[in-house]
Amino acid sequence: MATETVRRGRVRRGPGPAQTSEGARAEARLAFWLLIPTGIVLAVIIAYPVVRAIWLSLHSDARFGTSRFVGLDNYIRAFTGTGADAFWSAFVFTTQLTIVTVILELVIGFAMALIMNKAFRGRGLVRASVLVPWAIPTAVAAKLWEWNFTPDGVVNQVFNTNILWTASHWSSFWAIVIADTWKTAPFIALLVLAGLQIIPGEVYEAAKVDGATALQSFRRITLPLVKSAVIVALLFRMLDVLRIFDLPFILTNGANNTETLSTIAYKEAIQQVHPSYGSTLSTITFVYIIIAAFLVNSLARADVVKTASRG
Amino acid sequence: MPRRLVKLGFIGLVAVLVLTACGGPDEGGGGGGGAQGTGPITFVAGKDTSGKYPAVINKWNTAHPDQKVSMIELPEAADAQRSQFVTNLQAKSDRYDVLGIDVVWTAEFAKSGWLLALDEGQFPVNEMLKPAVETGRFEGKLWAIPYDTNGGLLFYRKDILDKAGKEPPKTFDEMTALCSLAQQNNIGCYSGQFAKYEGLTVNFAEAVQAAGGEIMTDNGTKVALGAPATQGLTFLANGFKDGEIPKPAITYMEQQSQRAFVAGELMFLRNWPYVYALAAKDEPANKVRGKFGVVPLPGFTGAGSSSLGGLNFAVSAFSTKQQTAVEFTKFATNQENAKEMVGLTGNAPAWPALYDDPELIKKFPHLPVLKEGMQTAKPRPVTPYYQEVTTAIQENAYAALQGQKAPDQAINDMTTKLNEIAAQGG
Repeated sequence: MATETVRRGRVRRGPGPAQTSEGARAEARLAFWLLIPTGIVLAVIIAYPVVRAIWLSLHSDARFGTSRFVGLDNYIRAFTGTGADAFWSAFVFTTQLTIVTVILELVIGFAMALIMNKAFRGRGLVRASVLVPWAIPTAVAAKLWEWNFTPDGVVNQVFNTNILWTASHWSSFWAIVIADTWKTAPFIALLVLAGLQIIPGEVYEAAKVDGATALQSFRRITLPLVKSAVIVALLFRMLDVLRIFDLPFILTNGANNTETLSTIAYKEAIQQVHPSYGSTLSTITFVYIIIAAFLVNSLARADVVKTASRG
Repeated sequence: MPRRLVKLGFIGLVAVLVLTACGGPDEGGGGGGGAQGTGPITFVAGKDTSGKYPAVINKWNTAHPDQKVSMIELPEAADAQRSQFVTNLQAKSDRYDVLGIDVVWTAEFAKSGWLLALDEGQFPVNEMLKPAVETGRFEGKLWAIPYDTNGGLLFYRKDILDKAGKEPPKTFDEMTALCSLAQQNNIGCYSGQFAKYEGLTVNFAEAVQAAGGEIMTDNGTKVALGAPATQGLTFLANGFKDGEIPKPAITYMEQQSQRAFVAGELMFLRNWPYVYALAAKDEPANKVRGKFGVVPLPGFTGAGSSSLGGLNFAVSAFSTKQQTAVEFTKFATNQENAKEMVGLTGNAPAWPALYDDPELIKKFPHLPVLKEGMQTAKPRPVTPYYQEVTTAIQENAYAALQGQKAPDQAINDMTTKLNEIAAQGG
C-alpha cells in the first residue's frame, strides 16, 4: 500500500512545478506505451465480448431471417414476459444454491484448514488427500457424482437409502450441493490455510501467557487475522456458484426446476441458437454477479473494520 | 544481382502454380446437381467410438490419391457436435466438406441454407430403407443420405416367459398382463428412457406412434398430437403410477436402463440394438446372458413403431470441392461399405438386403427382428425448429410422468407450445 502511494504520488507530481523534469514525463509516456498491449488484450478478450453481448441482447432472434433492433424487449421477456417463469426459477435456484453451498463450503473448508495447519504426523498425507477433489476437473467430478447418485449408486448403498436423487427438486438441489461442496471445500481450505500460516506463532504464545483459552484465542486472534483470506475465498466461491453450469447440466439437465442462470443462457444461446436472448440472459447474470459481489464485498469489509475497532 | 533474379524466379513459379491450380479442378464438373470442385476434402462427424470410419476413408484415399479425405472428429455428445456444426456453418466456413449429421438436424440445416441439395438421380435411394431416406428429406428435396440408421427394440427375459409358457408381447396390453410375472420374480416390469433429455422425446414419440398418431406433419408446420398422443402419454404415466414402470426409470438414460436390464432388474426394456451385444457378453455383472430375446416394439392394437436414429451424410453448401464431397458420400453410403460398417458395429444398415445377410445375422442375430421394426419406423418431428420442439415435448411429457400434470393437460400445453413454435415462421 505504502509503495503504491509513493509511486502514484511521483507520477502525479510529474508535471507540477517542483519536478517538471523531462525525465518524469518521458517515464509517464513510456508507461503509457507499455500498458497499451495489455489494454488491447483486455479490450479484445473482455470489453469486446461484454459490449457485443449487450448489443446482441438488444436485437431479435431470427433463426432463418434477419434480426432487428428491439430495444429492451428481450429483457422484458425475461423479467415479466414469456421467459419469466424459466428466468425467475433459475434465478431463485441459483441464489439458493449459492447461499447454501458457500456457507457449507466455508464451514467445512475452514475446519479442513485448521486441521491441516496443526503439526502432526502424516500432515502431508492429509493435505494431499484433502486437495484431491479440487484437482479433479468439474465435468469429470460431475460425471462421477452422476453415477454416485443413480438409484443403485454409491450414495444410496452407503447410506442404505432409496432416494431418487435426480428425480425431484429438493433432492436434486442437495445432490448438487453435496457434489459442489465435495469438490470445492478444499479450495476454501487452501486459501484459509494460506491465511492461517502467516499468523505468527508469537501472537498465540503471548495470548497463552496472558491466560487466554483456546476458544478466546481462536475468536480474538485467528478469526480477525484470517478474515481477509476468508473474504477472498467467499467472493471467489460466490462468483463461481452464481455462474454454476457443469454440475446441474450433467446431474439433472435442468429437470424439476433445477436450471441455473448459466444453463438457461447456454441452452438459449447454443442449443436453441437464440444468440440475442441468450446474450440477454448472460448480461443479466453478469450484472447480478457484479451487484452481488459488490454487496458482499462492502458488507464484509465494513465488518472487518468494525471487528478491528472493537478488538 | 543474383538475389533479385532468384526472387523474380520464385514469384514467377508461384504465379504459374497458382494459375494451374485454378485451372485444374473445374474441368469435368459433370457430377450434376450443381456440385463442382474436386480436391482433398474433410469429413466431419462425432467421435468415432467404434472405429468404423478409417476403413472406408482409407479405401477411398487409395483409389483417389488426389482427392484425399481427412476426418475431423467432433465431440461424442450430440449437443456438442451440433454446436460445433452450427458455429462453423453460420460463419460460412469451407473447412467442413462432408458432414455426418444426426437425423433430426436435416430440416434445420437445410432451412439455414447450409446443405447442398442432392440430385436424387445420383443416389440409389429407392433401394434403401424408405423411413431412413425420409430423414434426409425436407420440403421435397433430398439433403442427406443415410449412413446408418437405428430403431428401438423390445428386449425381454426369455427365461422368465419360457418358464411360464408365455409368448413375448405384441401389444401393450399383452405386456402389462405379463407384469405379474415380473412381480413374482421381484424385478421391475418395463422401462424405456424417461429422464428429461432427448431419449424422452424418442420414447414419447414411440408411444404416440403406437397409438397411430404423429407429433408434427408437413415439414413441421402442423401439429398433429391429439387423441393418440394423449393415449400414448397416459399409458406411460399410468405405468409409473401403477408401478409397472419402476420408479428409478424416471432417471434412466440409455446407459442406466441398459445396466438395469443387464443386471437382471427388468423384465422388458425398450432400447437401441447396441444393448444386444452387451447383454450377450460373458461378464460377471451380466445376469441375462443367454436368457433374453428381442421383439419389435409393441403398440396398442398391433405392432408399435420406432423412432429413427442414425447418422446421415450431407454436403456443406460452403464446400469448395462439392463434386468430391458428393462422390465420397455416394461411396461411403453404398451397400458394400454399409455391410462392412454393420460387421464392425452391429448398427442398423440403411440397406434392406443386409438384414437378410447370413454372414451378418450370424454375428448379430437381432437383425431380422430389427428389419421388421425398421419397416414401420418413423422420423422424429421433421422441423427446422427441432431443438425448441424437443424441449417443449420433454418439458410436458416429463411433467406428466412425474404426475405433476394430467396427461391430457400435458398434451394440451404441448400442443399450444408446438403451435407457437410452428407459427414463428422465417
